[in-house]
Amino acid sequence: MSLGTLKFSALLFGMLKMLRHKARRHSAFAQRLAEKNFTAQIRTFEGDVGRYFSFRDGRIDSKSGLHPDPQITVSIASAELGARLFTPWVEQLERIEAMKNFDFKAEGPDELVVWFTQTLAMMQTVGLEYGTAMPDGTKRFVTNTNGGPLFVYVKDDRIVRLTPIEFGEGDAGPWTIKARGRSFTPPRKTSVAPHTLCSKSTVYSPHRLLHPMKRVDFDPKGERNPRNRGVSGYVRISWDEALDLVASEIKRVKTEHGQGAIIANHGSHHTWGNIGYYISAAYKFFNAIGTTRVIHNPDSWEGWYWGAMHHYGYSMRLGQTETYSLVEDLMKEAEMVVFWSADPECTSGSYSAFEGTPRRQWLKDLGIEIVHIDPYYNHTAALLGGKWFAPKPGTDTAMALAIAWVWINEGTYDKKYVAERSVGFEVWRDYLLGKEDGVPKTPEWQEPETGIAAKDVRALARRWASKKTYLGAGGWGNGHGGACRAATGIQWARALACLLAMQGMGRPGVNFGHLQWGTPIDLHFYFPGYADGGLSGDIENTGMPISLYQRMPQLPTFNPSTQKVPRLRIPEAILEGKTEGYPWNGKTIEGQFQKFSYPAPGHSPIRMFYKYGGASIGTMSETNRYVKAYRTENLEFVVNQSIWFEGEAKFADVILPACTQFERWDISEFGGTGGYALHGQTQMNHRIALMQHKCIEPLGESKSDYQIFLELANRLGLGAYYSEGMNELDWVKRLFDASDLPKHISWPEFLKKGYFVVPAPPEERRDPPALRWFYEGRKKDVPEPHPLPGDYGKQYLEGLQTQSGKFEFECSSLKRFDPDDPERPPIVKYLPSWEGLQTKGLVERYPLQMISPHSRFSYHTLSDGKQSAVNDIEEHRVRIDGYYYWVMRINSEDAKGRGIKQHDLVKVFNDRGAVVCAAQLTERLPRGTVHSYESSAVYDPISEPGNSVDRGGCINQLTPKRSIAAKVTGTAVNSCLVEIERWDGSGALRPAALAVSA
Amino acid sequence: MKKWNLVIDVAQCFNCNACTMACHDEYFGNDFPGVAAEMPRLGHRWIEICQRESGTFPVVEVSYLPVTCNHCDNPPCMKAARDGAIVKRADGIVIIVPEKAKGQRQLVEACPYGAIWWNEEKQLPQAWPFDAHLLDGGWTQTRGAQVCPTRAMRTLHLEDEEMQRIVLEEKLSVLHPEFKTKPRVYYKNLDRWTRVFVAGSLAGEISGVTECIAGARVTLEKNGAKLAEAVTDAYGDFRFGGLEEASGTYIVRVADGRFNPKTLEVALGKSAVLGTIILERRAAG
Repeated sequence: MSLGTLKFSALLFGMLKMLRHKARRHSAFAQRLAEKNFTAQIRTFEGDVGRYFSFRDGRIDSKSGLHPDPQITVSIASAELGARLFTPWVEQLERIEAMKNFDFKAEGPDELVVWFTQTLAMMQTVGLEYGTAMPDGTKRFVTNTNGGPLFVYVKDDRIVRLTPIEFGEGDAGPWTIKARGRSFTPPRKTSVAPHTLCSKSTVYSPHRLLHPMKRVDFDPKGERNPRNRGVSGYVRISWDEALDLVASEIKRVKTEHGQGAIIANHGSHHTWGNIGYYISAAYKFFNAIGTTRVIHNPDSWEGWYWGAMHHYGYSMRLGQTETYSLVEDLMKEAEMVVFWSADPECTSGSYSAFEGTPRRQWLKDLGIEIVHIDPYYNHTAALLGGKWFAPKPGTDTAMALAIAWVWINEGTYDKKYVAERSVGFEVWRDYLLGKEDGVPKTPEWQEPETGIAAKDVRALARRWASKKTYLGAGGWGNGHGGACRAATGIQWARALACLLAMQGMGRPGVNFGHLQWGTPIDLHFYFPGYADGGLSGDIENTGMPISLYQRMPQLPTFNPSTQKVPRLRIPEAILEGKTEGYPWNGKTIEGQFQKFSYPAPGHSPIRMFYKYGGASIGTMSETNRYVKAYRTENLEFVVNQSIWFEGEAKFADVILPACTQFERWDISEFGGTGGYALHGQTQMNHRIALMQHKCIEPLGESKSDYQIFLELANRLGLGAYYSEGMNELDWVKRLFDASDLPKHISWPEFLKKGYFVVPAPPEERRDPPALRWFYEGRKKDVPEPHPLPGDYGKQYLEGLQTQSGKFEFECSSLKRFDPDDPERPPIVKYLPSWEGLQTKGLVERYPLQMISPHSRFSYHTLSDGKQSAVNDIEEHRVRIDGYYYWVMRINSEDAKGRGIKQHDLVKVFNDRGAVVCAAQLTERLPRGTVHSYESSAVYDPISEPGNSVDRGGCINQLTPKRSIAAKVTGTAVNSCLVEIERWDGSGALRPAALAVSA
Repeated sequence: MKKWNLVIDVAQCFNCNACTMACHDEYFGNDFPGVAAEMPRLGHRWIEICQRESGTFPVVEVSYLPVTCNHCDNPPCMKAARDGAIVKRADGIVIIVPEKAKGQRQLVEACPYGAIWWNEEKQLPQAWPFDAHLLDGGWTQTRGAQVCPTRAMRTLHLEDEEMQRIVLEEKLSVLHPEFKTKPRVYYKNLDRWTRVFVAGSLAGEISGVTECIAGARVTLEKNGAKLAEAVTDAYGDFRFGGLEEASGTYIVRVADGRFNPKTLEVALGKSAVLGTIILERRAAG
């Protein structure tokens, strides 16, 4: 008998002892053992070592050797391998290697295989203590959300309260920045966004889906009544019925129609976590069953991705520049910050709560001048003050060009930088001076376009040139949101990039930013972001191959379908059977040029829709399209996996109730996204890795997304592949092991305490400031693994990603792609919006331009509706006669002219639809511009869905579906003309005089 | 003994509603006997945030005023209460005792600040109890102060004398001191909420081009007395804040060597935005 044989036999015997021991000590484990009656065999291929385990009503009979008729068999190539694979906390790489080489196999029903392996794994975690007992009898757990980490106080399996995390004595201290003779240190706690602080009211919302449901008039074997989607009610069904139905539909459409027949779409940011979130659990499942992939447009980047990128590269950041150490540089060097379409106090850096807020308060302490350019006097302006310019929406580019004209005319730009670090300036300069079209782009020229007086633009241009100025563009400072999501978004982002280049981007005190990104935290501590793929195994569509795979080997997954549909064109794909798009691809600058078409050659049209999380009706464009797409025979089956009964969940045939992240295990980092927002943690004042404790049991019959996918996978024979035999907590542990956490904190301590604060590096080890290397003509020296080596033109790490390696005022990539594209010429030009206040033929009927930025009080649709506490915030919704209406902001004079008073119910409409809102009269907008946030979770048509006045507040029914430009696929939701009138309570979409032929 | 006080800086409040959400989180779904019965899911905002816009496009200021139970030392609600439904604790906190206040709707009207809410279902008047149960359990600040991202809300546990020293030092005030209720909730920069401004922007011709006139001296006068002086910024803008609403007629005088002096009369109601003031070139010679 070899050593391996002995060891493996002993291990299997030990396993039996351990199973019995754990069952004696932990009632939960004893209950687990009582769940199934069957026999599991573990053996070597040859059968020289084997042991079977018979589970009967919680008892285990086990013997060495081979059982004559086991229900499942786990077999290993050799005893030596078995000994290694069954030692607790096995080497994952070896395990994956064994599976890959077919040396580690399982046979039998998936459900039993997964149950057995999960049960073995549970021995490692059962009884582990987690959470902290508090004096008031509550237990304090930890979680992390897209609005900040939380302490979660729980009593009797109910959440009592949610608070930010205040650091204790054992936690690492903060950094200090010394600037202008003063020292600045952030608070030693985390911040929380209001849309997270209301979570108790959303977890316990009456709108929670607590049971699987089926549409009453949906009969998979008979009449499906697809046209009744959105109208008919639902009946409660069992999980078994629901899962059997969904699994059988998956099989049916695949065998009846072929590859591509299932479309799978996920929302963004409806929960958080590296394991249970969409780029993990959902991707693995959708890859495993083969689905038509929904290609999301880079919807917060748009103009930066399709436009600015061509000037300087940064494709991996989707056209936004690096941000390392820019907080310190701004505080030490800058004299002025221009916030351009930037409201970080509203959008919280997407998922960084209020981490940037105390830093921006330092601007006043440092005496740094502030300018805001935004049609709305936004929350950042309201808090910080400063000079405010309100150009007509979509005309900002004209203002930017005029600023450049002033700099050229007065010679107040960084001529040395432009000469040495850029190419193509002369071409652009000649355009600005009017040599190309006879129109000099002067401040006087821009005045009728923007509504900003020429003298003001001149004053701003001079002030800007005379001071070291940071350009804070969008919510992140280097872009994101706002004006880039408009018909003129590409030119706007491009123009801003060119302005900054003219002033020497990378020079001390001159860069993109407004203190939102670039804190001096330790980026050399490894912890993956959620976009790095979690357990997805997806090495094609996540950050996994460059970030996580080396640390957390796992079974890879590939989607066999190559069929793709742009998210913005799902309705056309379903209703018209044909569409096309340009991809979101951050590998290279040229990635975005690779046009694709639907249907893909040889693929089936979409016949089944698997919708997971989020709600398109409140967040996409011209969203009555999505409603109509659900109400068609073209879709034979619709399943929606949702936490709440809202939005498009009401258009499903079967609804699978998912639980919130408070009810499941996960692990993550505060603001740790990875992927395209690499090092996004520098929005935070502290790096914090967090357990997401399972704080309470899932409400009702709801289950975690992982569990739902696993139970479906079991029915498709994919359970072992999907789960690798592991529970969610095992995956959490696996990710813990993959990170740098074990170097600093033990698993039991981390599990119990729930978080770890990564110490800030000493001052001398801080990363160099972004783009300083470029400004000084050195090799790239920031910790950014991009551009790809092959994307450097001359020498690795020298220069930018562009063809010339320099900032390109005239973009060689656009010249190569299509030099004659009027919407995206090689140099940035001003082209009036195709929908705006100058759009003749439309503005006469719809004279108000609506902008619809991201909401302050709901992260997408996550916190809105649901009878959540945010509904009582008057900036969010207004209660009128017992109904909570969405808010539409309108200039007081515009309102007066329409007989509209404060909080009157108004109908906001255009040819695309009509939405009832509560009017908020304001001086924070110029006349002609109206403002409403997007992201209503509530779609409440008063008549036929898709063709009705909506009381819910989905103002995206009104926004155009048209792409920013013909050769890109981008949303232009901020280019939207509407009219507003007092609502008479009728169901008329628009006045008869404005009726359009359908 | 030390007592509890709350200080709110109006200049730092930007309506994020974190305090209001934290308050909702604390009291919705939770019952704290002797301190507060459960808050309804919807309709109550025990920390309410009022909003004011001052000025007209394109010169606006926005201010926010969080209003909550003032924990008055001379609480009018207590006088209106029956059966000991309201108690004033030795540490300054005023509690509407949920077990005793049922049906006492008159308490809602008794609060001159509108800070008592009526719980229809429970037939109970309710207000923010200063998170007394948490402070009693060792917390050193209220939920709202803990989550306030700008530190606009601070919890102070001090002897009254010490608090009064801070009131003077930081120029704190209370809402409606004329009510003589002696609130324990103090406000910093309350002018942002109560006062109005006069603003304008200077323009004039320089070398044949209309420009913003920076560096010009602008004075604000009333009844012949100079109240304030400002120098226009790079955009030709000036602003005089801290004025009392509807406080009569003011004179704005503009002086810049390059241009003829200009005088404007402002009958001040709410904030006055004078718009662009065109200066005429001083005649040569």
